[in-house]
Amino acid sequence: MKMIYAVITGLIFGIGISISGMIDPAKVINFFDLAGTWDPSLAFVMGGALVVTFIGYRLVWRRDAPLFEGRFQVPTSTVIDGKLIGGSALFGVGWGIAGFCPGAAIPALGTGQWEVVLFLVAVGVGFYLRRLVSPIKPAQASA
Amino acid sequence: METLFTPFTSFGGGMLIGLGAVLLMLGLGRIFGATGIMSGLILVENRDELAWRAAIVLGMILAPGAIYFATGSMPDVQIPVSPAMVAIGGVIVGLGTSLGSGCTSGHGVCGLSRLSVRSFVAVPTFMATGAITVFLIRHVFGG
Repeated sequence: MKMIYAVITGLIFGIGISISGMIDPAKVINFFDLAGTWDPSLAFVMGGALVVTFIGYRLVWRRDAPLFEGRFQVPTSTVIDGKLIGGSALFGVGWGIAGFCPGAAIPALGTGQWEVVLFLVAVGVGFYLRRLVSPIKPAQASA
Repeated sequence: METLFTPFTSFGGGMLIGLGAVLLMLGLGRIFGATGIMSGLILVENRDELAWRAAIVLGMILAPGAIYFATGSMPDVQIPVSPAMVAIGGVIVGLGTSLGSGCTSGHGVCGLSRLSVRSFVAVPTFMATGAITVFLIRHVFGG
């Protein structure tokens, strides 16, 4: 049941990525292209996502625990360091070059375009490079 | 390449992205960070976490097919850059999101909604470097 629930969760997220236009690198790069063919649509994607998540999280957190787990596992770090800033800066550079971010590229796999596979393999190489630089603890793996 | 300004479908799609994030918190108590989900699968950081991450990814990949089933057409995934740029961008995205512990979903949607200090640093950072990168590629180097 928990796994079926997780598949449905991913499906809803992926449908959102698809119909919002976030899945389309041409739209993403145009969002960044303020001096050229600017398309502000992605600001609306973030707006819609934040309204629902900001309110929804607060409703969910009234519960003592999630449906299928014993406790909520939310990141607690407040450390602002060079890794956070440098890593985020690098991410923006790569996002601007390729037009894909991880959350958009995974649903894009479902359209069957080979460049998406190339992108995701390259992201995996980047993850591996990061691990060569310094070993990662599981708790740090997500934001 | 011009893309259409789509405020309504983008906002609506964004709300579905948020709904996916809220449902994952409700069911499994986790943030919906595509970087953490993907790196956890690729690097096998924690075996107990593999199954739900795989289930989420499966749901995400099924999304374009579900849209095709409902509407008769796949979402647009137009890639306006060369395969070399897709690959280079991908490696930088993987390295950066791993160092910075998150991407558009983890820091952008979930982190800002949680009012995470780290995400309030990360999001403006990657938005700015994304815009600078696209400006340099399109308007300075004439890509």
